[in-house]
Amino acid sequence: MSALAGRLRLGRRGGVSDRSREERRLGWMLCAPAVIAMLLVTAYPIGYAIVLSVQHIDLRFPNEGGWVGLTNYQTVLTSSLWWTDVLNTVIITVVSVSIELALGMALALVMHRAIFGRGLVRTSVLVPYGIVTVVAAFAWFFAFDPGTGFVNHLPLIADDKAWFGDRWSAIGVIIAAEVWKTTPFMALLLLAGLTTIDGGLYEAAKVDGANAVQRFFRITLPLMKPAILVALLFRTLDAFRVFDTIFIMTRGAQNTESVSILGYNQIISRTNLGLGSAVSVLIFIAVLLIAFAFVRLLGVRMAEGRPGA
Amino acid sequence: MRRGTREYGAWSIGLLLVLVFALLPVVWIISLSLKTPTTVGDGRFLPAGGQWTLDNYKVLFEGGFDNSPFIHPLINSIAIALIATAIAIVLAAFAAYAIARLNFPGKGLILGGALAIAMFPAISTIGPLFDMWRSIGLYDTYLGLIIPYLTFSLPLAIYTLVAFYREIPWDLEQAAQVDGATPFQAFRRVILPLAAPGTFTAAILVFIFCWNDFLFAITLTSSNNARTVPAALAFFTGESQFTAPTGNIAAAAVIVTIPIIIFVLFFQRRIVAGLTAGAVKG
Repeated sequence: MSALAGRLRLGRRGGVSDRSREERRLGWMLCAPAVIAMLLVTAYPIGYAIVLSVQHIDLRFPNEGGWVGLTNYQTVLTSSLWWTDVLNTVIITVVSVSIELALGMALALVMHRAIFGRGLVRTSVLVPYGIVTVVAAFAWFFAFDPGTGFVNHLPLIADDKAWFGDRWSAIGVIIAAEVWKTTPFMALLLLAGLTTIDGGLYEAAKVDGANAVQRFFRITLPLMKPAILVALLFRTLDAFRVFDTIFIMTRGAQNTESVSILGYNQIISRTNLGLGSAVSVLIFIAVLLIAFAFVRLLGVRMAEGRPGA
Repeated sequence: MRRGTREYGAWSIGLLLVLVFALLPVVWIISLSLKTPTTVGDGRFLPAGGQWTLDNYKVLFEGGFDNSPFIHPLINSIAIALIATAIAIVLAAFAAYAIARLNFPGKGLILGGALAIAMFPAISTIGPLFDMWRSIGLYDTYLGLIIPYLTFSLPLAIYTLVAFYREIPWDLEQAAQVDGATPFQAFRRVILPLAAPGTFTAAILVFIFCWNDFLFAITLTSSNNARTVPAALAFFTGESQFTAPTGNIAAAAVIVTIPIIIFVLFFQRRIVAGLTAGAVKG
């Protein structure tokens, strides 16, 4: 051991700066391809989106171009459609993430306390996590659709209830599908937090006479706060971008559009790149604000975060 | 043990609830895919006895390679997800190795940037990409989808790999370097074999991510040249304008779920480890 250390020190004495310079260069070289690939489709396009958003660009009328300043933003921000979509997006985000947190916590506790069948539970909850969102959306759509579904044949539900014919019932089904698909991911993040809690704390609390509810609120929740906040941040941003489920279920009919659907409709369906890009930039700003709010107001330490899927 | 019976009872109920919650919609879509055109609207959760068929699956592959509505998208999905996963894992492995093992300024910036990209709204890029891809000929091509998949799966891949690579015994690499191996040789000969299991896990997560994508698939493709299954599903039409394609969509949905079920069945432990690795530093 000391011989090895001696050799290391000897080697270092020869060329400290050479070696660390080489290491630094290698580090940059190894990271460069990934960094370039990540910037290629984020930094450059968002810059380009800003440029597009201050122009009048409608692919149906290629000759009518030109700089229009902030007119596109004004058009978006003064349209009632944008605000309806913001409201829908916020409702879907807040309701689905709240339910996911409660259900995810229950699921994490169940997985943590597994007496038997641990593998079975983990395997089965990974199915919603892994399943294609479009497939999940179709499964839930067909279940509630009066033409094909079984839901309307359940007791207490009117046989002819048109779930997708009404704004709020449609949003309800959209939220249910989102909750089903993403609760397992929330549960796994929370489970990771749960496993870091020292079991001795619970034993000590039991000795002191704390019941299960007290132990959960006095020990589990406070110690899991960092894990919960990080999970909430990622799920909130993810839910705010909701697109696939709504596209499959209603395509935004009955006032169920989210802001992402609005952006898609402007850019792809109406080929109005200028207006659509203004929507895109506004969504980007909203995401920045949400992340900022989590970091500043709730004190999420980003070093503890990690991207999900 | 006295606590035994009650606890077993409560756990069994919990287990059952979780299984129903997780698997009910999957059983339902499989059931729907087996229904006949006359029973598809009967509202039963499972096909009535003797009233099931594999026709919905057969129709997907009818007409062979050129006329089937499903074969092209399926091949596209598999090829695009595999290629994107392979490239993403190679790029992420280089970066993660550097971040976990080497000392260089800018590490924190790269990790922070990756985290920011994980939060980046993909919808904000589709306008520019739609425009750029059309002018440089990437619209409706494999590469046109592979590039954004790389971008958005790299943060996931890098974070997962960094978490795994940090667990690898560092001394072995140092020993190899002391014995005269260059940093790159040390990486290839010593670290790579140790890193293979974690790398495989990251590859599964990235594959699931690419396989799942819908937004880029519908905005950056317009035909069977590059359209993947999720996008093709959204534009499925019935055999005639009078038949709803419900059964066929359900059958196609079941087929694209098969790889996910296989991953989950065989690599459950790895996927959970991958998703929770480094999630919270205790």
